[in-house]
Amino acid sequence: MATFIVNGVEQSLDVEADMPLLWALRDELGMTGTKFGCGIASCGACTVHVNGNAVRSCVTPVAAVEGQEITTIEGLAQAAAGSNPGPGQGAVQQAWIDHQIPQCGYCQSGMIMAVSSFLASNPNPTDAEIDAGITNVCRCGSYPRVRKAIRALANA
Amino acid sequence: MKMNRRRFLLAGTAAGGALLIGYAATRPSRHRRANADLVQGDERFVTSFIKIAPNNQITLYIPHSEMGQGIHTALAMMAADELDANWEEVNIEQAPAIDLFANGDLVKGFAGEFGVPNFLMGLVNVSAQAVAEIGNLQITGGSSSVRYTGEHAMRVAGAAAREMLLETAAERWDVELSELSTELGHVQHNASGSSASYGELVADAALREPPEQPRLKERAQFNIMGKAISRNDIPAKVDGSALYGLDAHSEDMLYAAIRLAPVFGSKLVAVDPGAALAQRGVERIVELEDSVAVVADNYWRAKRALALVSTEWEQTENDAISSADIDVRFSQELANSDGSEDKEVGDAERALEEAADVIEASYSVPYLAHAPMEPMNCTVHIKGDTADMWTSTQDALGMRGRVASQAGLPEEAVRFHQTYCGGGFGRRLPFNWNVIDHATLIAKQFDVPVKTIFSREDDMQQDYYRPAVKNNFKAAFDEDNNVLVWHSRFTGPIQVPGAAHIPYGIANQSIRVVDGDTHVPIAAWRSVDHSQQTFFIESFIDEIAHRAGKNPYQLRRELLQEHPRHRAVLEVAAEAAGYGQNLPQGHALGLAVQESFGSVVAEVAEVSMGVDNQPIVHKVTCAIDCGWAVNPDTVEAQIKSGIIFGLSAALYGEITIDNGRVRQGNFPDYEMVRMATSPEIDVHIIESGEELGGLGEPATPPIAAAVTNAIYILTGQRVRDLPIKNHDFTRSNPVAGV
Ligand code: FES
Ligand code: FES
Repeated sequence: MATFIVNGVEQSLDVEADMPLLWALRDELGMTGTKFGCGIASCGACTVHVNGNAVRSCVTPVAAVEGQEITTIEGLAQAAAGSNPGPGQGAVQQAWIDHQIPQCGYCQSGMIMAVSSFLASNPNPTDAEIDAGITNVCRCGSYPRVRKAIRALANA
Repeated sequence: MKMNRRRFLLAGTAAGGALLIGYAATRPSRHRRANADLVQGDERFVTSFIKIAPNNQITLYIPHSEMGQGIHTALAMMAADELDANWEEVNIEQAPAIDLFANGDLVKGFAGEFGVPNFLMGLVNVSAQAVAEIGNLQITGGSSSVRYTGEHAMRVAGAAAREMLLETAAERWDVELSELSTELGHVQHNASGSSASYGELVADAALREPPEQPRLKERAQFNIMGKAISRNDIPAKVDGSALYGLDAHSEDMLYAAIRLAPVFGSKLVAVDPGAALAQRGVERIVELEDSVAVVADNYWRAKRALALVSTEWEQTENDAISSADIDVRFSQELANSDGSEDKEVGDAERALEEAADVIEASYSVPYLAHAPMEPMNCTVHIKGDTADMWTSTQDALGMRGRVASQAGLPEEAVRFHQTYCGGGFGRRLPFNWNVIDHATLIAKQFDVPVKTIFSREDDMQQDYYRPAVKNNFKAAFDEDNNVLVWHSRFTGPIQVPGAAHIPYGIANQSIRVVDGDTHVPIAAWRSVDHSQQTFFIESFIDEIAHRAGKNPYQLRRELLQEHPRHRAVLEVAAEAAGYGQNLPQGHALGLAVQESFGSVVAEVAEVSMGVDNQPIVHKVTCAIDCGWAVNPDTVEAQIKSGIIFGLSAALYGEITIDNGRVRQGNFPDYEMVRMATSPEIDVHIIESGEELGGLGEPATPPIAAAVTNAIYILTGQRVRDLPIKNHDFTRSNPVAGV
């Protein structure tokens, strides 16, 4: 039995200990906001937060998150609003709308999860820090707008 | 897919290809059928694509896939503006995958340009069990949605609907049509102060015939077009609620992991399931002609069990073929065949003999995978004599037709569930059927939905690739270094006619294509033939300039006298990039210009060499003349997207063949531009007022040559084959005085 908390709700799953969190979320819980892109920790499409830190869920076995707090894209707005979950978007998500970032959008769940965790630990990054810290693939090439949004969030 | 068959179809359909205005008007029955089949309560379709409810909510049905190009919003803007709708009251819906919402106008648009290109070929019979007409498709590709469907269907439908609403009001109030005006979803009669919302008029308006030739607005009359309007698909893409094909989900769903014959065209000979069937969650092993699949209750379980299955494949004549062999074959073909004519001007052979000087250069590019971010997938649920399907696609009707034929069902028995599409770039066009066919054949063995997923490795190795192409050039000069001859021999096939043609005023041109077919399957890849030909052409014209002792920018300008749009974009981009001005130490500018899909684009790349002796692309300045911009914000996004896509290919992109199969597997072997390598991009949109040009693709072709032309200045090395990463720039010898 694997037990962990997803977006504030405890989940107990009868799955193998080495099942990646990605497939537990998608195929077992039907939570499809977290995306499969490469399966080998290379693209970041599957990024979620474990206790607030960005991890690539395609290579994170459920055993490694036993009892821990997981936030997915579906729960980010609530998590961003803290203990008083309100409607609407978290700041990063709102910036993504303001800057009209997503194109096909498929990478953006992971991109947003990566950026929100990155900014939480480094609210005012330099360009070099953004380059080193955000390594997700966006095949549509939304990077210039992502960078612009990060800068705007940093200045906010 | 044999080229011959496709060429035959090309010949068969191009004849019917006059550019057609008045989509709505030509199919008066369409809105009637829509009203019979698709409305609830008192809402009504006034014309194709436009439904109005009594409370004045207007629903616009968009017959194209949203892949991030912002097409739902752009096409809705075009219809809404002509309709004089209130944008606040407009709802945007994906048109269902039924023939009522086919978008064949784009094919007619292409036919008007060059004949229907090969990559759209066969569409006539793709979904054609029911309606065998060229218009019966719902394709998104060829940078076509706005310029064809938008111009010739959505705007016309909006204008026609507006006229029908006006006529209805004139009749109701018994006044002259000329006394009426429309604004924000209302018809007004200023003299009497009467006003009616479209919703109040729609029941009667829907009974009218759409006008034959509704009048479209002049640009000065636009209220919605031309504005940077927020895209309607974005909110769902930031909170995880946007659904893609891969997100189809149900409690009883099964998942298939598949192994396809590693050498294209090979067949399955034997399977040893090993311990796969004993693994948790595994339901069945499905053997198909060219593949084996494990079906389980979770994709990871299926994939893991598949690793335990041993397979034996039929030997083929291609089992030993490598990329090097293919290159040799291309060279031989080019040496031994004069191929067939693509374009001949003047007498190139004779001018070559008489020339004072001749230069030669051989260029080549490798196969490329599309690698859309969403791995290929298709979910099919066969329920006796009907079926449901989910897949991210560039042609919903085509996919529905294909599933129907594979399942042995009539087309109408298959219900296509619309989703967003996690990137297409040509991978999700008709004919690239593998995931669709396999998913259907697997699902036929179950009575629950089965989702077949190609892993990233499966997709990388079972794609339909941008072809590997070789192009051997010659150029000849007179005593005064004027270029007299452009001589190009390249391996085909030609997927988009005209891509190897040059805009440059050179008196003698001979451009011919030789056979380049191999066992590797090919398809359209973002910008199709332009992706390779623009690299070739814009590099070789640079070689010509340097050889003639001329500045590459000035030489282009001189040779583009007949092409003012090319000159204009070149001048705007060069000026904005600071061409000819002082640059930071160690930086150089390279430029390229190209017309594709109706837009003319110039790009200037600012490049330096890094400590690892590989180029750093600092900035790209782009000027595009796309006629005019429906939504400038999405134009800018598409340009940046196209440049980064082309830059990934130029720097890193390479699919190599080893032992008949693809060597690369996942992103580390097929690297992409990421944040750290993504340049600053400065976009200048030139509104020439010419016809609308495409946007999804035209920015991709020029970037490779823009970068390699800069590398030449920095290192003295001419990059004649891609990707750039394969070149060793350690012994640099910068070119002075450029
Ligand atoms: S799917 Fe996990 S990093 Fe790509
Ligand atoms: S928006 Fe398409 S991959 Fe990033």
